[in-house]
Amino acid sequence: MNFSIVVMGSPYSSQSVETAYRFAEAALENEHTIFRVFFYHDGVYCANQLSVAPQDEINIPDQWQQLTQKNNIDVVVCIASATKRGILNKEEAQRHGKQQFNLISGFELSGLGQLVDACVQSDKVITFAG
Amino acid sequence: MGTKKNILFAMRQAPYGCSLAKEGLDALLACAIFDQNITVLFMNDGVYQLCNSQAAEKIHKKSFEKSLKALPLYGVENIYVEKESLDIRQLSVEDLSLPAALIEKKSVGALFQQQHTIFQF
Repeated sequence: MNFSIVVMGSPYSSQSVETAYRFAEAALENEHTIFRVFFYHDGVYCANQLSVAPQDEINIPDQWQQLTQKNNIDVVVCIASATKRGILNKEEAQRHGKQQFNLISGFELSGLGQLVDACVQSDKVITFAG
Repeated sequence: MGTKKNILFAMRQAPYGCSLAKEGLDALLACAIFDQNITVLFMNDGVYQLCNSQAAEKIHKKSFEKSLKALPLYGVENIYVEKESLDIRQLSVEDLSLPAALIEKKSVGALFQQQHTIFQF
């Protein structure tokens, strides 16, 4: 089965993000494919390259980056949700006159059209929120 | 975009207090623009999104009531509101700003089964 995963929870604040990751791992281990991971609402914080976890905890953005790069999974971060929450790539930072940018590499800022595309292209879309 | 999927949006949060209502509506409209077969179900606190006479300007927000009026313009016609959610909040269809079909809780499962994807906001 070809899945897409929508992550709306906030990393570290909500367990839903961990659950999404474990679902993604399990799906891949069971030889399903993941078409896209789409970060929306507070899930965009998973794309923050500046996140620093304590030594005995997992760095959630890095974890998602590694999983998606290793398995060639498309990762989209909703640009509207992200820019409001201060998750910017270099282009958006320049466009809005901001000094810094922090989008983790390998993740793409894009619109909700990518979410619709994920619905059309995938067998199942599963959302992890709350 | 090719295949048309049946996508249901269950709107369960009150507007303004949390951005989920607005982000849900944005996702809904994106799916409508790309010509998907959309159904919207207002349930739980989501029924408050439909209340008429919202005075959002008093809290410096854009009126959600006005935003919802876009639904028919985007071709979204399958609009439902859960009867029990209205009843428990002592609301009636007269309090709503959009025409919505009443659906009883016991029938919601069947509506869900018709969908390829369900989003909850």
